[in-house]
Amino acid sequence: MTRYLATRFAGAIVTLFGITLLIFMAMRVLPGDPLAQISSEGQGQYRLSPAELQKARASLGLDRPLYAQYGSWLADIARGDLGRSFWRGEPISELIMRRAPITAEIGILAVIISWLIGVPVGAYSAINHNRRGDLIVRGILTFLTAVPSFWLGLTLVLVGILYFSWRPPLTIIYFWDDWRGNLQIVTGPAIALGLGLGAVTARLTRSSVLEILFDDHVRTARSKGLSERVVVNRHVLRLALLPVVTLSGLALGGLLGGSVAVERAFGVPGLGLALVQALNERDWMVIQNLVFLYGVLYTVINLIVDVSYAWLDPRIRYG
Amino acid sequence: MATTSSPSHLAGLGTSLRPSPATRWTQTFLRMCRRAPLGVISAVLLIIVALIAIMAYDVAPFDPLKTNFAQTRKPPSMLHLIGTDNLGRDTLSRLIHGARVTLFVAATSVIIGDGIGFILGVLSGYSGKKFDMVLQRILEVLLAFPTLILAMLLLIGLGAGLRTVIIAIAVTRVPGTCRVVRSVVLSVREYQFVDAARALGASPWRIMRRHVAPQCLAPWLVLVTVNLGTAIFAEAALSFLGIGIQPPAPSWGNMLGGVLAEAFKPPWWLVIFPGMAITLTVLCCNLLGDSLRDLLDPRIRKRLG
Repeated sequence: MTRYLATRFAGAIVTLFGITLLIFMAMRVLPGDPLAQISSEGQGQYRLSPAELQKARASLGLDRPLYAQYGSWLADIARGDLGRSFWRGEPISELIMRRAPITAEIGILAVIISWLIGVPVGAYSAINHNRRGDLIVRGILTFLTAVPSFWLGLTLVLVGILYFSWRPPLTIIYFWDDWRGNLQIVTGPAIALGLGLGAVTARLTRSSVLEILFDDHVRTARSKGLSERVVVNRHVLRLALLPVVTLSGLALGGLLGGSVAVERAFGVPGLGLALVQALNERDWMVIQNLVFLYGVLYTVINLIVDVSYAWLDPRIRYG
Repeated sequence: MATTSSPSHLAGLGTSLRPSPATRWTQTFLRMCRRAPLGVISAVLLIIVALIAIMAYDVAPFDPLKTNFAQTRKPPSMLHLIGTDNLGRDTLSRLIHGARVTLFVAATSVIIGDGIGFILGVLSGYSGKKFDMVLQRILEVLLAFPTLILAMLLLIGLGAGLRTVIIAIAVTRVPGTCRVVRSVVLSVREYQFVDAARALGASPWRIMRRHVAPQCLAPWLVLVTVNLGTAIFAEAALSFLGIGIQPPAPSWGNMLGGVLAEAFKPPWWLVIFPGMAITLTVLCCNLLGDSLRDLLDPRIRKRLG
């Protein structure tokens, strides 16, 4: 296990370096430097004379060679200094601290919703496999996986406006300050993300339960005279849920991407909306470090999932 | 006289034994209909959508870019079947022309991305060694981002536009495809027919092209159909966020952008119909992919049945 952990960690660190390189290339090398993007020299709209550009570049350290810029970015990250927003001068770490709780709450709620829907539905579908109920459920699940979550979000907002004259609040309200207001913000996006994920969870639960339903130990439990409910709850679901839990870990990473569009649909002031705003304003330091944050989170989540898999299944450890 | 031509007394026999190509195609089609009705329906629907997209200029009732300020935000009517938007443009026409853009982006990006993924997967799986090691490390970096975030990052680097959206989505498709193909190659490589080819002195290129790659086509095809759906999702999300296809050109994604923000009472038809178009098309892609997988892999079919 130690050896597996060591190689896996080393791999993750290499990946993290790769992430920084990719981001730096996409942000600074390919499009010309950030000032070129903002000013009339590139695609931007601000007219700056060559002398002004030169001065601005020097003040931002953009006149140094690329490897020096890359090095100082890495050093800044290592020190925990994420820089400041180009337009507002606000420290990016503050922006993250302010907005991350909302996004995290949405992600966790979405996973919980996906369990609440996916596990019972999947188990029902497996127990009644190939009967009418199962076919209907599977039809609905297949449909749900094809619904874009941000469109589901838009539809929810639309229904809210048209029928309940309700609009999602656009400000940040933390759970610990005002839980009602907070739930108004996060519930909608969590449902929009959670339904699609719930469909995936249900499909996985179904196949996982089906695999175990005919195992010997389940037959033994049945022949002991246990009721079907006890058999399913105690002897089947407990085993069948392992892959589901790991899937949820991976899904949490996937939600990071999906939540960007969903936050935009609801106008929720989370990290995703901050990223979209920064993209539209070409606020390069914010984009650079937020994308880095997404990459780090995704890598860490994948690492945890892999390690927990290995911990649960010795075959992977020694494979 | 001529001994090479087929003897006349066997001519009739040959045709009766071997049905004409047309009959064979019909039989295959009917068999597919029986074994995977949903897959066939999905394929037919996808073809219809594609045809509508290709013939958009002939099919669409109005010019998708023509504004008409006397007709803004009109609900569905006989004239405008699914209403008009805030500039008085016909939603149906925009939806049809949007299909053109969205499907073009999805199809080309999947062909490019999955094509590159296929080639890299075969090379990486068959050659092994250093090339495989380096390539896998690079792909891991690409896999370290959620699809949407990676596409956003690439779009910053490349600048917005139809071509760059295609490239960005294509790049996000490469690592997954490469991994799947590579894993197939790793198992195919050990088969005896590959050994036999090698023993006969076939070059690695020939083995890869003639013996290994064809084996990977079936799983790859399944992946392509599913990725088509993912690519439609990605285009929709990027354009919805305002960094994909830029207005006024319609795409299913950017038709949804900003719909709720401006209007006091949002026009529901502007939200519902583009979303339905995305959902139904992706649904068809997924169903087609499922059917293909079941048809191509008898083991799965037996277990699920």
